[in-house]
Amino acid sequence: MFSFFNRNKKSKDLAKSRLKLVLTQDRLNCSTEMLEMMKNDILKVIAQYVDFDESEMDIQIAQSFSERDGKPVLTANIPVKALRKVAR
Amino acid sequence: MGEVLVITSGKGGVGKTTTSANLGVGLAMKGKKVVLVDADIGLRNLDVVMGLENRIVYDLVDVVEGHCRLKQALIRDKRFPELFLLPAAQTRDKTAVNPEQMKKLTDSMKEEFDFVLVDCPAGIEQGFKNAISGADRAVVVTTPEVSAVRDADRIIGLLEAAEIKSTKLILNRIRADMVKRGDMMNLDDVTDILAIEVLGVVPDDESIVIATNKGEPAITNPISKAGQAFNNITERILGNDVPLMNYLGDKGFFAKLKSYFGLS
Repeated sequence: MFSFFNRNKKSKDLAKSRLKLVLTQDRLNCSTEMLEMMKNDILKVIAQYVDFDESEMDIQIAQSFSERDGKPVLTANIPVKALRKVAR
Repeated sequence: MGEVLVITSGKGGVGKTTTSANLGVGLAMKGKKVVLVDADIGLRNLDVVMGLENRIVYDLVDVVEGHCRLKQALIRDKRFPELFLLPAAQTRDKTAVNPEQMKKLTDSMKEEFDFVLVDCPAGIEQGFKNAISGADRAVVVTTPEVSAVRDADRIIGLLEAAEIKSTKLILNRIRADMVKRGDMMNLDDVTDILAIEVLGVVPDDESIVIATNKGEPAITNPISKAGQAFNNITERILGNDVPLMNYLGDKGFFAKLKSYFGLS
């Protein structure tokens, strides 16, 4: 009988999970447009040091929170083929 | 040299003004020299919550614009040893004062008072910027609701950016019955999300409405639960270590007795 009641998720848990989601976006205050611009700029810089096949290049910027202090974190995954010899 | 404490929240209607009034009275009852500043220009309310609305002659804007001296605008609350109110202007708007003028005003007041409590308007625009401009410490008031907590998070970020050295949280209007049912976030849920030091928890209490009706802050009523919570918060502001109120309500003597005899 009690399992029947437990199946209904408590409304405060719903509130909490919705808050966490909305605050992730709020704290970053970072639009998808801006993320795209960031991605392009990062590519430009990386191209000076690293060999990469642009068709295979896939930068993903993930938004999350630091486990230590709860502050937002941007993470970019950049697959690298080979380091370019910097002759400058 | 005193301290400037701003009471803020982002969202309206969570209890900033009630908190300001109660903490002001609480600190004055403990022998501190206190001035309450209503920074909500155009929508003043601290005067009615304090029951001092009939004694206003000059207001904050008059002082800033030099129409009167600070001493003339301050209303002395005769019920307490050293408590004063600087009311907001009602017929002007937030742009009548700028952050520099506000800072100058609170700086001059903290020379004379132990505590300058600034009741901040809702929102994050000019009124908010004015209210925090001279603040040494901030108190963020929120209720256990999604909208209020979201706004509190935004405010905490803005206070951080303004380099206010200490920001603490008051969780207001918590209802034990709803928390027990799982229909209201509790203190742990809220601090889990906001990652901020807690200054106190205030239960939802009818006595606040009654106190506001009368214009006598609840902290003066010894049987008011919310009043006791505000009293504890006052102690913590003064640096005394007081345990957090058990807002879920311990069983009283008779309830204990009844359960002992198996009646409940």
